[in-house]
Amino acid sequence: MSRLRLVVDPVACEAYGYCTELLPELIGVDEWGYPIVSGDPLPEHLVALAREAARQCPRRALALRPTP
Amino acid sequence: MSSPVLWYATRATGMVAMVLLSLTVVLGLLTAARTTGRTWTRFAVADFHRSVSLLAVLFLAGHVLTSVLDSYVHIGWAAVVIPFASGYKPLWVGLGAVSLDLMAAVVVTSLLRNHLRAGTWRGVHWLSYASWPVAIAHGLGTGTDMRADWAWGLTVVCVAAVAGAAVFRLADGARHRARVLGLPAVQSRTPGVNVKRLVPRPPVPVPIATSAPGGVPRAHRH
Amino acid sequence: MPTATDTRVEPLLASWRAAQRRDLATHLAHHGPLSLGDPTWLTRMTKAVDEAGLTGRGGAGFPSAVKHRAARGAAVAPVVVVNAMEGEPASQKDAVLLTCVPHLVLDGAQVAAALVGASAIVACVAADQDVLADALAGAVAERAGTGWSPVPVQLARPPGRYVAGEESALVDWLELGRGAPRFRPDKAVPLRIGRQPAMVHNAETLAHLALIARRGPGAFRGAGTEHAPGTTLVTISGGVEHPGVYEVSAGTPLQEIIALARPGITPAAVLVGGYGGTWIAARHLDVPFAAGPLRALGAGPGAGVLVVLPAGACGLADTARIASYMAGQSAGQCGPCVFGLPAIASDLAALADGRADMALPERLRRRLGLVAGRGACRHPDGVARMVASALEVFADDVALHLAGRTCPGRAHPSVVLW
Repeated sequence: MSRLRLVVDPVACEAYGYCTELLPELIGVDEWGYPIVSGDPLPEHLVALAREAARQCPRRALALRPTP
Repeated sequence: MSSPVLWYATRATGMVAMVLLSLTVVLGLLTAARTTGRTWTRFAVADFHRSVSLLAVLFLAGHVLTSVLDSYVHIGWAAVVIPFASGYKPLWVGLGAVSLDLMAAVVVTSLLRNHLRAGTWRGVHWLSYASWPVAIAHGLGTGTDMRADWAWGLTVVCVAAVAGAAVFRLADGARHRARVLGLPAVQSRTPGVNVKRLVPRPPVPVPIATSAPGGVPRAHRH
Repeated sequence: MPTATDTRVEPLLASWRAAQRRDLATHLAHHGPLSLGDPTWLTRMTKAVDEAGLTGRGGAGFPSAVKHRAARGAAVAPVVVVNAMEGEPASQKDAVLLTCVPHLVLDGAQVAAALVGASAIVACVAADQDVLADALAGAVAERAGTGWSPVPVQLARPPGRYVAGEESALVDWLELGRGAPRFRPDKAVPLRIGRQPAMVHNAETLAHLALIARRGPGAFRGAGTEHAPGTTLVTISGGVEHPGVYEVSAGTPLQEIIALARPGITPAAVLVGGYGGTWIAARHLDVPFAAGPLRALGAGPGAGVLVVLPAGACGLADTARIASYMAGQSAGQCGPCVFGLPAIASDLAALADGRADMALPERLRRRLGLVAGRGACRHPDGVARMVASALEVFADDVALHLAGRTCPGRAHPSVVLW
């Protein structure tokens, strides 16, 4: 387990859905198209993909943050 | 250097660039739409849009290179970026330069997207809506193939595709806007009016002369 | 455990009770002077606040001493923001403080400013509450030039929407004129207005601070319990004969507090905390009104709101009305709140009207889980909590309504204020 978690900025997020397509293992979608992120530490093998998903967000709403 | 090969290359790369550019605009319009397909998901469309745009830039580079290198007509390097500085057909070639300048801004900001402020990239990207029609006009004006039906046909198809995508995008935007405007949070946001106070209550003067047993009366609200 | 009918100590409202006047002279005559300048004062006062165990009275219940420590020692002088917005429709306590004892609130603001070295105080009153703003402005004017206002006080009038009183929304309005709650992934990073850190305090918290400054932590802890010290203001409304604001000791059993307002009939349930609070069933009304005991019931003191649902009224109907109001009060920034709350409200309305479809209970529960924790502020969380508690407390009614019948209480007048 890494010491990183995914955090969505709900104000910036506009439900583009790129992250939910790139990382379905970790990011779910609610019925309105918004991402559901658990906040649990990321598995090591998915960190690179998570970084890519965060980079691709058109509104920069997805971020990797250290676990508290 | 002058050679028919260069001239054919200029025309060919120009036509291909027009098709790719039009496809880029179509994909860009579809990316912004809120509805998403099952296989062609939004990210897939966005990614494809980016790839096609880079390919269009490549063909555009080829088109510019061959047109400048071909000495049959004089188009200097300066005329590539400075509009209307060309010796040959200054107006129509100039429009090409305008389109290229706009496109350059879009491409550079897109490559530097993660380092720019949120609004900057979006603002500049809107220039692409100007860049495309200017490119089409450039093609119609300079295009020596415009006497041929196939060239006209190709141009019409490109314009129709972009127009169709634009209509789809506008309809989708209107549908989304209607959905958002119907939401209670948006409905109730009349500036300065607090929804909770809309129920009228008789005003009571302060200070209160009598005190209810135990509690201070609620009469301080109006 | 304190009881409400013990000689009710009302330190906050005492000066009003005695004289029915709120001017500076009356205030000083009752409470005596407040000295802020003495050099050892800062250390003594900081220790006093810590010992007193004062927690915020605006709804979050955050320990005030911790807030002061965070704001102190910043490179730029902070601003003290007095939150008298009273966004909760069922709360009146801030209104009472401003119209009866404004000088206590202003004293508290000066004490807080001195504790953190603030350069300015901004008192926020909702834009449509002119009566309250005038009362506070009057008090501020009385103090000008008398030496009782070492740190200058300004009045601000943000729009009175529900979320506008949320800490970050208030700062957002003061800084940018918008009033939208801010996403704060790291609460340790302080709120700022420009370069100055902003320390936001509820008006009641400041009033308590003013008393601690004069009488010490011991007097504060003299009321309440060991874990929930001091008195607190509650606003009782709904099925009671004497709705209003009451000052009670923290930890007093709920039913005793409600008894002060003379409920007409035995309450069926009480909504505790605010519109984003929790319904508590009649059989649990012996719970002490304090954070710890209430947490066991999934509730909290919140803004001291107690809405009494009389027996015979329909709890689901009122829950539906509250949910509908809260959906309209969303700031409109975050998808799950903007889309989720109206969906929940419309399902509740269908349930209350007895026209629920069979998929409703599952759909409603799923959505309650979806909206909580996914907004920038805790507005959707409050709604989810309130609705979930309603489904539990009014479970019998839910079964009845799902069967297509509505309970007789449907025609009962609403206890919701609008």
